[in-house]
Amino acid sequence: MKTVDARGLSCPEPVFLAKKAMDAGEYPFAVLVDDTTPLENIKRFANQNKQTIKVYEADGEYTITFEK
Amino acid sequence: MKKKNLILVVVTGLALGAAGVGLMLLGNPGNMGFCIACFIRDTAGALKLHTAAVVQYARPEIIGLILGAFLISLVTKEFKPRGGSSPLTRFMLGFFVMISALVFLGCPLRMVLRMAAGDLNAWVGLIGFIVGVFVGVQFLKKGYSLGRTYKKNVLEGLTMPAIQVVLLIALIAGGVLLAVSAEGPGSMQAPIWIAFLLALVIGVIAQRSRICQMGGFRDLIMLKDPHLFWGGLAIFVAALIFNLAAGKFTLSFADQPIAHTEWLWNLLPMVGVGFGSVLLGGCPMRQLVLSGTGNIDSTITLFGFLVGAAFSHNFSLASSAAGSTPGGRIATIVSLLVMLIIGFAYSRKSANA
Repeated sequence: MKTVDARGLSCPEPVFLAKKAMDAGEYPFAVLVDDTTPLENIKRFANQNKQTIKVYEADGEYTITFEK
Repeated sequence: MKKKNLILVVVTGLALGAAGVGLMLLGNPGNMGFCIACFIRDTAGALKLHTAAVVQYARPEIIGLILGAFLISLVTKEFKPRGGSSPLTRFMLGFFVMISALVFLGCPLRMVLRMAAGDLNAWVGLIGFIVGVFVGVQFLKKGYSLGRTYKKNVLEGLTMPAIQVVLLIALIAGGVLLAVSAEGPGSMQAPIWIAFLLALVIGVIAQRSRICQMGGFRDLIMLKDPHLFWGGLAIFVAALIFNLAAGKFTLSFADQPIAHTEWLWNLLPMVGVGFGSVLLGGCPMRQLVLSGTGNIDSTITLFGFLVGAAFSHNFSLASSAAGSTPGGRIATIVSLLVMLIIGFAYSRKSANA
C-alpha cells in the first residue's frame, strides 16, 4: 500500500498531500501524521469527499487509510 | 464529531468578537479590545525593546491566551514540544508580518473588529488580506513547505508558557520592572484580571477549535472548505451586534479610532499580513496559541513578532492616526519582496523532504 508520510508537516500540507494521493486514485493508500490538527483536518477533508477511511493510532502517530 | 468542531469554532469566534468589544468598553483602546499585533507591540514597549511612550503595557490578553492554550493542551495531552521547521525563516516571516500589521494598524483580528465598528479602512484592509492569502495559496499549490518539525526536549516547549508566568507576576507586582504608558493607547487598559481570565478562556477554546482567520480564507480558496471561515464570520457578527448595542458603530473612513485613511497603505500591508500568514501556516493569534502548546516554530515566530514590533517603533515604521510613514511604506514593499523570495525559495519540489 502506498504511504504518504506527512509527519511533522503543518497544515494544510498533510491535507494537500492526501488530496494529491486521492486525485491519483491509487487506492488503498495511507497517510501518516503525528499531530491531532492534521488528523482532524484530513478526517474532515475525507468526509467532505465521501471517502471511506480508517484511523489507527500508535505511539502518538496516526495512520489514516483511504479505502475508497 | 464534525458538528461539534463546527460549533466550537463558531463559539470561539463569537467569544472573540464579544471580548473584542467588551474589553474596549472596559478600558482598552478604541476598536482594539483584543488585537494580537498591537498587544505584542505594547508588550515589546513594556519590556523596553522600544521606547514609544504611548504604546507600553504588558497586555494580560497575550499572557492569558498563551497560558490558556498551554493549560488545555496539558489536559488533552496535545502539549507536544516540537520544532525545527526552518526556524530562522519563520523568525523573519514573523518580523515582516508584524511590521506590515503595524503599518495597517492591526492584525487580522483587529481588522475584523474594526470592520464590525464601521471602519471602512479595515474593509480595504480585508481586500488586501484576501489577495495576500490568495497569493500565498499559489505558493502552497506549487509545493511550498518550510519542512518537517521534530520532537524536542520538554523544556523547549515549556519556555514560552514560563516566560508568560514571569510576565504575569511582573505585571501584577507593578513597580518599575515593566514600562507602562501614562498616556495614549498603552494607557488605556481593561482591568488586568478580567482581561487575563477572559483571554485564558479564549486561549482554551481557540486551542480546541484551531480558529485562524488566515486559515478561513486559505481553506475556502484552496480546499473549498468553509469550516474555519465560519469562525472568522462569527467574530464579525458578534462584534457587530455588540458595537450596535453599545452605540459604537460609525460607518466612515475618517475619524476612526487608531486608524488612518490612506487606502494604499491599508491595502498593501494587509496583502503582506495575509501572504506572510499563509507562509507561516497561521495568523498571529494562531501562532500564539500554538506557542502555548509546545510548538517551538510558533514560539520563534512570536519572537519575530516581538522584534518586528520593536523595530517598527524604533525606526518609525508604524503608522499612526496621522497616516503611514515614509519608512513604513518602504518597509511594506520590502516585506512583500522578502515574502516572495521565501515563497519561491521553499517552493522547489526537491526542497520538500
